[in-house]
Amino acid sequence: MTNSIGELEKDAKCIFVIGSNTTENHPVIGMKIKKNVLYNGAKLIVADPRRIDLASIADVYMPHLPGSDVALFNAMMNVIISEGLADENFIAEHTEGYEAMAEVVKKYTPEYAEPITGVPAEKIRQAARIYAESDAAAICYAMGITQHRNGTDNVKSACNLAMLTGNIGRPGTGVDPLRGQNNVQGACDMGGLPTVFTAYQAVTNDAAREKFEKAWGVPLPGHAGTVLTEVINKAHHGDVRALYVLGENPMMSDPDLEHVEEALEKIDFVVVQDIFMSETARFADVVLPGASFAEKDGTFSNTERRVQRVRKAVSPPGQARSDWEIICDLATRMGYPMSYANSEEIFEELRTLTPSYAGMTYQRMEGGGLQWPCPTEVHPGTPFLHKDGNFSRGLGAFTAIDHIDPGEMPDQEYPIRLSTGRSLYHYHTGTMTRRASALNEHVPAAELEINAGQAAEMGIKDGELVKISTRRGSLKMKAKVTDKIARGVAFTTFHFTETPANVLTSAEFLDPVAKIPEYKVSAARIDKLSAEEMTG
Amino acid sequence: MITLTINGREVQTPRGSTILEACQRNGISIPTLCYDPDLRLAGSCRMCVVEVKGRPLYAASCVTPAESNMIIETDSEGIVAARKVILELLAARHHFNCQVCEKNANCTFQDYCYQYGIKESRYEYGHGAIYEITDPNPFLERDYNKCIMCTRCVRACEEITVARAINVKNRGHEAKISTAFDGNLADSPCVFCGQCVMVCPTGALTSRVSAGMGRSYEVDKVLTTCTYCGTGCTFELNVKDDRVVGVTSDRTIVGSPVNKGALCVKGRFGWDFIHANDRLTTPLIKENGEFREASWDEALDLVAQRLGEIKTEHGPDSMAMFTSARVTNEENYLAQKFTRAVLGTNNVDHCARL
Repeated sequence: MTNSIGELEKDAKCIFVIGSNTTENHPVIGMKIKKNVLYNGAKLIVADPRRIDLASIADVYMPHLPGSDVALFNAMMNVIISEGLADENFIAEHTEGYEAMAEVVKKYTPEYAEPITGVPAEKIRQAARIYAESDAAAICYAMGITQHRNGTDNVKSACNLAMLTGNIGRPGTGVDPLRGQNNVQGACDMGGLPTVFTAYQAVTNDAAREKFEKAWGVPLPGHAGTVLTEVINKAHHGDVRALYVLGENPMMSDPDLEHVEEALEKIDFVVVQDIFMSETARFADVVLPGASFAEKDGTFSNTERRVQRVRKAVSPPGQARSDWEIICDLATRMGYPMSYANSEEIFEELRTLTPSYAGMTYQRMEGGGLQWPCPTEVHPGTPFLHKDGNFSRGLGAFTAIDHIDPGEMPDQEYPIRLSTGRSLYHYHTGTMTRRASALNEHVPAAELEINAGQAAEMGIKDGELVKISTRRGSLKMKAKVTDKIARGVAFTTFHFTETPANVLTSAEFLDPVAKIPEYKVSAARIDKLSAEEMTG
Repeated sequence: MITLTINGREVQTPRGSTILEACQRNGISIPTLCYDPDLRLAGSCRMCVVEVKGRPLYAASCVTPAESNMIIETDSEGIVAARKVILELLAARHHFNCQVCEKNANCTFQDYCYQYGIKESRYEYGHGAIYEITDPNPFLERDYNKCIMCTRCVRACEEITVARAINVKNRGHEAKISTAFDGNLADSPCVFCGQCVMVCPTGALTSRVSAGMGRSYEVDKVLTTCTYCGTGCTFELNVKDDRVVGVTSDRTIVGSPVNKGALCVKGRFGWDFIHANDRLTTPLIKENGEFREASWDEALDLVAQRLGEIKTEHGPDSMAMFTSARVTNEENYLAQKFTRAVLGTNNVDHCARL
């Protein structure tokens, strides 16, 4: 997030939530948004193909079709420019590339966008005016924006909208991705990416590489590595011989599971380090028992860049060990001694190599964590980025972006746009929450959300077992007939090993920059089952 | 600042504060039940009454503005007698089964009854209503027989979670906390966040997941960060005999900078996977398609040997590491260091994309 979670509760005068079911996936952030809207009078705009909880208190709700985000953003910008609501001073002083962007946006009148997005032109106008006329407007998004073949374009469109109205660099403004996992921000900050060391220092940058070579005492490879989704593709072709999986579950979380399974089987040597025998661990040659968050010390970095302490409360079961201890032991056995007395010693090393974390210490974090960048030990941390419109790259760059259709558009054979996501009561691949007794008792199985009108036409009743199919595979699950989802769209969750939704998704259409799969749009068909099929 | 006299002492407080706040600022303790600093004022339990010179009635200090030159007594004979009657009135509808109650020794109502010597009530409660504990949800238990109608749960639901699932149904002796049409919580807008459990001053609202697992005085509380989504809520793991037996909130800004004690259903009630009986407890090596248990030495030597062989035979870029958005920063740092410095490849990534 460019800004902080607390600002959504008090500073933001308008919040535009797009592609985030906030009250289910980031419940405590959802609470703050609701509080601001209902008790402080903040305006709320919601764009989502499902009429999510927040839509019920929104000033404008736009049920746009999955894969039409760019068109929706462009149409809002078209209104803002044509009605003279843009922040011309901010554009002139702090940005570049405006003309090219404005040229593309010119054709995206609300009427032009209406058939692409499924949103009435007048709603787009209302939303654009509310956003542009607010003193401080924030955009919150999650995987509904990013998990598309043009996910990067979607994010850049959100940035365009914020810059067009000068909604960046002040409290209550900003572009706020709500990140989905406890330490996904930290895993990125720590260089758990194929292109960068810690704090996004490029592996291809000679100076950065030399710094790490000196610190670590070994020569390092200077070409970028392979991203996760492409590792699976390479494994398919026999180009990956060894895979070490630490606390990940690609056999549930990756697109097109049949494709993943074939890939894992082709890899000569697979190591899985986890706390449970996950779907992925079954494919391992060696399984190493790690420790859960309650069993070790360390830090997590949250979605607002706040680094907070994790503290050991109980011992790991049996012979299980902290993940860092396992890595150290293995590195030492491979001829590269790694030895740290505790997690704090590791943090002390990493902060010397990580400029945005350089000023943080375990002791300083005791007072409620610290938000990066925190470059020195007297720096208080940074609640919001790009203060006064001063972007880290100098001028903020507008990008001219055209709408493109999702990789798989609905057709006669597969007429539905299927989206996948999470439920309030479960988390990601379910390894933890399926074993949390109360959560699993409350929500023990996946459901397929189907538009009520469409279900009626197909003769499908609420709770009836149906078949959902894509070009990759099919699953049977209970239908949840609801008027909360747009016509032509269906939704299910990917938490359940009994109905692993990623057998349906495609690994074919990846965003060209982020290589993120298009989980939010798979062309699908829903079939009513015969009486025998339902029981069989 | 204004100046007033409390218990014979001249004290100062900012203009606009209540008498309760003036007392708290000056280290004078006042008992409260319905008052919660994060919620709008109710002024309903009357436990916080004080004597204000010149006023005919005792004032509820939580809702009475402090005024310049007020003369206040917080602990006079009359006030103590009034609080005893108030506690007795509340006790009339409270089912005391403290010896088996989850909140025993962690119950504000019990503390005050003890402090003011209330062993039983002289009053009978209306029709003597006995409520059955019927809500079938697996997360929280609402025992109306212990409810003192302070409405903190209603206000927490409205103002912290903004779910607005519950409110007061009926009035007088018939009053009870209820969902719309008095149905099950699961059929209401309740999201089972347990903020109501957090603020309840009695044993009326407790966690079913923690039931019977430990008393508050038996547990150590360890402040840590939640393992689920990226919001970064902090909470206290309650530990007894090296096992997590519950989650409670530290509501201070230092202990809980992001969430101020508020949690969601997963954070508050989704922790028992930690001790699931199918946790991995020993390294495993696959032989002929079956896993067998192994020692750390054997397993790590095998991994070191095989990775070494593959590196030599096929080169570093034939190997890849998936690090994790689940593990700590320190572990991610070491995982990428291991991949780059030991395996010799930049093929390290994690599920940020998924």
